[in-house]
Amino acid sequence: MTDFLWLYILLGVVLVVGLGSALVVPRLRRGRSDDGTTLAPPPSDVEDEPADAGAADQGTGTATAVLERPEPAAGRMVRLRDRLARSGSPLGARLLTMLSRDQLTEDDWDEIEETLLLADLGTGPAEELLESLRTRVRVLGVREPSAVRDLLRDELLKVVDPTLDRSLALDRPVVDGETKPAVLLVVGVNGTGKTTTVGKLARVLVAEDRSVVLGAADTFRAAAADQLQTWGSRVGVETVRSDRDGADPAAVAFDAVRTGAANDTDVVVVDTAGRLQNKAGLMDELGKISRVITREAPLSEVLLVLDATTGQNGMQQAKVFSEVAGVTGIVLTKLDGTAKGGIVVAVQRELGVPVKLVGLGEGPDDLAPFDAEDFVDGILGG
Amino acid sequence: MFNSLSDRLAATFKNLRGRGRLSEADIDATVREIRRALLDADVAVPVVREFTRAVRERALGAEVSAALNPAQQVVKIVNDELVEILGGQTRPLSLAKNPPTVIMLAGLQGAGKTTLAGKLALALKEQGHTPLLVAADLQRPNAVTQLSVVAQRAGVPVFAPHPGNTSAEDTDAVIGDPVGVARDGVGEARAKQHDVVIVDTAGRLGIDQVLMQQAADIRTAIDPDEVLFVIDAMIGQDAVSTASAFAEGVDFTGVVLSKLDGDARGGAALSVAKVTGRPIMFASTGEKLTDFEVFHPDRMASRILDMGDVLTLIEQAEKAFDAEEAEKMAAKVAGGEDFTLSDFLVQMQQMKKLGSMKKMLGMMPGMAQMREQIENFDEREVDRVQALIQSMTPAERDNPKIINGSRRARIARGAGQTTAAVNGLLDRFAQAQKMMRQMSSGGGMPGGGPGGMPGMPGMPGMPGGGKKSRGKQAPKKKVKGKSGNPAKRAQQEREAMQRALGGGGKKPAASGSAFGIGGDQSEAQDVENLELPSDVSKLLGGGR
Repeated sequence: MTDFLWLYILLGVVLVVGLGSALVVPRLRRGRSDDGTTLAPPPSDVEDEPADAGAADQGTGTATAVLERPEPAAGRMVRLRDRLARSGSPLGARLLTMLSRDQLTEDDWDEIEETLLLADLGTGPAEELLESLRTRVRVLGVREPSAVRDLLRDELLKVVDPTLDRSLALDRPVVDGETKPAVLLVVGVNGTGKTTTVGKLARVLVAEDRSVVLGAADTFRAAAADQLQTWGSRVGVETVRSDRDGADPAAVAFDAVRTGAANDTDVVVVDTAGRLQNKAGLMDELGKISRVITREAPLSEVLLVLDATTGQNGMQQAKVFSEVAGVTGIVLTKLDGTAKGGIVVAVQRELGVPVKLVGLGEGPDDLAPFDAEDFVDGILGG
Repeated sequence: MFNSLSDRLAATFKNLRGRGRLSEADIDATVREIRRALLDADVAVPVVREFTRAVRERALGAEVSAALNPAQQVVKIVNDELVEILGGQTRPLSLAKNPPTVIMLAGLQGAGKTTLAGKLALALKEQGHTPLLVAADLQRPNAVTQLSVVAQRAGVPVFAPHPGNTSAEDTDAVIGDPVGVARDGVGEARAKQHDVVIVDTAGRLGIDQVLMQQAADIRTAIDPDEVLFVIDAMIGQDAVSTASAFAEGVDFTGVVLSKLDGDARGGAALSVAKVTGRPIMFASTGEKLTDFEVFHPDRMASRILDMGDVLTLIEQAEKAFDAEEAEKMAAKVAGGEDFTLSDFLVQMQQMKKLGSMKKMLGMMPGMAQMREQIENFDEREVDRVQALIQSMTPAERDNPKIINGSRRARIARGAGQTTAAVNGLLDRFAQAQKMMRQMSSGGGMPGGGPGGMPGMPGMPGMPGGGKKSRGKQAPKKKVKGKSGNPAKRAQQEREAMQRALGGGGKKPAASGSAFGIGGDQSEAQDVENLELPSDVSKLLGGGR
């Protein structure tokens, strides 16, 4: 039989995909969306220049605009290089190389790349960042490795984008004239610190004078509900839990939200069981939890808890959890260790989901808002 | 975006066709791809550097130039090096001469120590030992409770004199006296004649001086026979610093890779093995207490290189498939009977039990060229097809020819889809059926020439049929050559587990001694036979 088992699997797969993709193809064309986010282009100030400013503007261009103040000569080379760098033509590229020799050795570049790789940024983003950095270095004619580091910091900061709104959406939504509690759903894979984060979050919210209800929808792990309840009781917060292990987590979550609504609570925080993103059944369960909650009140935030030690798999986690539960923010935990958590750069770039909170230690109040500059300095080992 | 190493290598090697040997530049290109694959798998940067250097050196040597197909040789070298590092020093759990054997668990927070304690206890219990769990994690709130629950599920006693942290707080302050608890635990085991003690300790960061000191103190106090370092398979570059901190702090003797059931490629395994030189002994592969197995260096190597993992696929299939049903189906196909839509429905339902279709396809070697299609494959399509078939009457399922216009309309309505979808399904099915017929009569896949692949009609943009058939033929042959393999493998697995847990006392001479060479080597040999063809097939498939 074992001989045929193989045949059997193979046939199944081929048939399923074959039949499936027949239906997929037409659908695909509709469903495709352009998700190709790329790095921000190099400085854009040049774009404001008049379009006719070719190489000719060195002498003659000024005649047309009497009031225009001529650009300082030093900047012209930069602009020329910049234009060459963007032209994309092979000639332009060669001219650029001739005009601006790379002053840094390959070793310097390797070192910079390794810094990024060591922070778990991933090869793709690291290469792209490096590429744009190289272009910038050429354009600006930078020679010092230290100056390159500063440029790198700028580039990274631009990717992390400190201006992004990273506050938690805690406004209470109004549904059919009724003010519902703001519902926070906390999701993630096993062992990233979801329950601890929920506990800490409850403390922060209580400190801000908000009333809180916790929902222990982790009915799987032994003693998870106890753990959450202990956190809650410390700050006098009610924990809605099931009286037995293995209850339907969606039901517990629903009860928590309903209790919150009935008590006119400000925020309901629902803790879920850790689940690996490749377990289809468990992800469906999560989908159910979020569906069921939305019956009672809309989800204000879905927080994905990512462990800072997580490597490239973090991207996969973020993707799958976003698909299933619509993640709106990331909590980066265990950032107090040696791990840098660079994967969130890739995640934010790809999915546009910002890091909202960071976990900095084991103390009960070690949950802090994300600070882009600190984070970037951490990645660069500063 | 994340295409696999095999894809990229195939692309690299495409230019090599017709040339007998690899030039230095070719090797550079190959090594660059390998480097990237390793980095994407989270292998630590310094380890990658060293590893690629070693591969380069070996590839440049006479070995390759003399070989017939150098491209395959490079991949083989990489695989060999990986297996060597990962499984170089596999050994069983060392049991104490005078019981109790003391096993201590250490690791970062959330690595899975407490769960692992339960799994290890259960596995040992099944081997006829009488383990005792000791709750020395007094730090995390309710860790003691969790361990007690886990112990209860595993049916082993737990020693927990201290309730641990129930004060709701993860504090920086040290709670209770974990050193004392651990020491008393060992004493308790001695008194009650347990022959194995498993000490669960608190999770700690490598840079936490106080807790690392505490772990070192526990180690001194109980003098364990094994210190197992539990590490999460999805850890990134931090693996090296963490592992070296623990190696220094508690001098662990073995590594357990946890959460290997995720889809992380697990490069950390390579980093840890390389940096610390300690063997990886077990893998933890699920949430149930029985999801615990001996570490397979060969499979890990394929996984890190993203080479597909046929063995795991077969194992999963075995677990999920109804053996009787499968046999019936296989007999049917072999007997030349027509494959009907109802057979297909049954099969599809069983396939769904295996989980994500994408994941499964990804595990099959030779599927690399279809990656694009796989990526775009919507899992819900399976449900749609199922809905279509379920809207047919049994007669229609057995004989699709009777489906006329009005039946089509009815089926479409029943499944909530368009008639076009029904037509599409029936068309493809007819072609698939033809393929099945050819296969059962020919005893193999239809011939390799382009155009000779009526069975792949559903693959838009399939770059030529020949490639495909080759990709498919190889794995089939492979299994045939090793028929009965899954059963044998399961047997081997049991034996390996027994050996690893030090339970192989009945036949100690051959396998129990010298680093478990006996059985493991034969397995390693199998791997070589097994693994290479898949690589070869891939290279062939991609290079054509």
